[in-house]
Amino acid sequence: MQKEYTVTVYTEDRIGITNRITIIFTRRGINITSLTTAETEIPGVYKFIITVLSTREKLDKVVGQIERLIEIHRAFVHEEEEVVYQELALYKISTRSLHTGDIERLIRENNARILTITAEYFVIEKTGHQQELIDFIKKLEPYGLIEYSKSGRVAIVKWSRRFHEHLKELQTQEAEHGL
Amino acid sequence: MQQKDVLPMKPEIADKQLTVKPVITGSEAVIRSLIAEGVDTIFGYPGGAIMPIYDALYDFQDQVHHILVRHEQGATHAAQGYARSSGKVGVAFATSGPGATNLVTGLADAYMDSTPMVCVTGQVAAALLGTDAFQETDVIGITMPITKWNIQVTRAEDIPAAMAKAFYIARSGRPGPVLVDITKNAQFGEFEYEYKKCEYIRSYRPIPELSMEAVADAAALINSAQKPFILCGHGVLLSGAEKALIALAEKAQIPVGSTLLGLSAVPVDHPLYVGMLGMHGNYGPNMLTGEADVVIAVGMRFDDRVTGDVGTYVPNAKVIHIEIDAAEINKIVKADVAVHADAKPALEALLELVKPAQHSEWLEEFRAADKKEYEKVQHRELYPEAGELKMAETIRLISEKTKGEAVLVTDVGQHQMVASRYYRFKNPNTNVTSGGMGTMGFSLPAAMGAKMGTPEKEVVAIIGDGCFQMTLQELGTIYQSQIGVKIVILNNNFLGMVRQWQQLFFDKRYSSTEMVNPDFVQIAKGFFIPGKKVTAREDISAAIDEMLAHKGAYLLEVVVEKEDNVFPMVPAGAPISSIRLE
Repeated sequence: MQKEYTVTVYTEDRIGITNRITIIFTRRGINITSLTTAETEIPGVYKFIITVLSTREKLDKVVGQIERLIEIHRAFVHEEEEVVYQELALYKISTRSLHTGDIERLIRENNARILTITAEYFVIEKTGHQQELIDFIKKLEPYGLIEYSKSGRVAIVKWSRRFHEHLKELQTQEAEHGL
Repeated sequence: MQQKDVLPMKPEIADKQLTVKPVITGSEAVIRSLIAEGVDTIFGYPGGAIMPIYDALYDFQDQVHHILVRHEQGATHAAQGYARSSGKVGVAFATSGPGATNLVTGLADAYMDSTPMVCVTGQVAAALLGTDAFQETDVIGITMPITKWNIQVTRAEDIPAAMAKAFYIARSGRPGPVLVDITKNAQFGEFEYEYKKCEYIRSYRPIPELSMEAVADAAALINSAQKPFILCGHGVLLSGAEKALIALAEKAQIPVGSTLLGLSAVPVDHPLYVGMLGMHGNYGPNMLTGEADVVIAVGMRFDDRVTGDVGTYVPNAKVIHIEIDAAEINKIVKADVAVHADAKPALEALLELVKPAQHSEWLEEFRAADKKEYEKVQHRELYPEAGELKMAETIRLISEKTKGEAVLVTDVGQHQMVASRYYRFKNPNTNVTSGGMGTMGFSLPAAMGAKMGTPEKEVVAIIGDGCFQMTLQELGTIYQSQIGVKIVILNNNFLGMVRQWQQLFFDKRYSSTEMVNPDFVQIAKGFFIPGKKVTAREDISAAIDEMLAHKGAYLLEVVVEKEDNVFPMVPAGAPISSIRLE
């Protein structure tokens, strides 16, 4: 059955690595619904967090094929309940609505915050799960939403087996190989 | 041969005086890197963006033999044939743009068939990348899904490390093709050259650690099996595990079937060898896969041509899958015991734990199936007394006259299946064919590569009339480089395999499969290659003798039955037990 999964991929820092990963999803006709990537705590190692709608069976094979790539350290599939995750959204609102009394309460109640204010607009930041962030749009609409922007998923795996240690070990091995 | 000695230092001197590194160009570094990796043969075609490398090659003609092909696709297939017969990494050169795109089919073929190959392409200068410069193409993007690895090098000083990695990746683990794209400025740039072989990449584990627990589980399954069956794949040859596999089979008296690419790992006349698996394989191994209670799949990937309908495949068997590539385990068929390992050490470890056994009744079932196939199909194919010449009898004669010791390089289609079914392979790595991709036009260039890789062996290319016309320009290469391959065209004036399917599954609507062919012997003559055309049964034996006795390249056209079919056959997507004998 199709459902939402989080795929995490640890990679070397290399031009085109995103392409190498995404074509494996493309081949099997899997649509990537969000993708977040940044350097990990180990210099030169990147982590990709990819969300997809697919089946476990398909994704186990996809992950195997991703791991086969030379510059990939490891790749994992996670069920919804295996990860703690957040997404971040920014909302640009017309400054005129600041004078409307409820917006302050709305921001407080939704654990959002104001990042910046100019004469024309102000920007609200809110983190949460996708649905909360979308629901917040509806709440802001009466105040004149000018722009909305949301990040992909950032996730921490509950059962992560100290991948960090594994990578440190690789660095030691690398030193042994005189690299 | 011209030699201009402008080298600041010869490589062997450089080794002794490590403190002084020679300053050379990127182009020269490419050639020196190849020499450092033991390369002595390159198949290639020059062009604008790779000219500096060809210029550097000019100084090393005594160390590296460059074969000028007639099309870059030919260079890749030649490199594949070279690699498959010799076990060494095949090397191909091409220029940017169309030169690079012409490599695509060969790269995809080598990737599917796990063939170690390094392709070097020239590229426009780094400053022009992305500007749609003359003969610029994004070869890295194009070849990403069909190479084991690829890299673009834009600075001369990065060339040695890129080449070292390329060779390490191409030959280690499950082998595959690698492409190194080098911009023109990097070829011209000068730097202090030093070459270090690559033996480690931190994100890459080519040889998995053998789990003795998995081996013990596998041995327990085999020891309890009543009807065990070994499926021998290409991985057995790549790992050099032929002897270990045969020893295991002999110890526990286990029948061995082979995939198309596993052919030649086990001699065809071995008493435990029961034939080829798959769509046009033998009757016994296909039928009896369904009866086996333990299947030991070694270095194979359960291609759909082998499994037929996966839902009904191995209904009664526990599956042991010995495989070096983790991504292949559980991809198609769920493994009850997965041995993620290189085949040779895995089989050697397994041999220790497997108990001697007899499975006479089980083996008898294979013999009975074999007899049935022989009576219904093989006899009339191999020893026809009337009618037109048959592909099978031609292959039988070639097999007998070469004593099963030739390197057989087949193309794709009916002739490929017939040759694979009836050639009686004796020695490992003597079957070179395009399995996964099924690339028509593979054989002629692959055969010349195979001959370069194993010059001491007789190399016989078996080619269909359709396939031959896809790459026949390589006759020019064969003549120019005096490559002594024997070329056999099995001509039925049809794209036979497609026609067979049209006959069986499309109501004999022969849509675009009949061919009006040229005079193949005349074509060979145009390339100064002698040849002969045979149409009658009484002439075929002498014609093959004449071909084999000829020193150097020779083309033999055999006109065979126009509407011959290959049987047995499993219809595509059907259960393999539905294999038809007629």
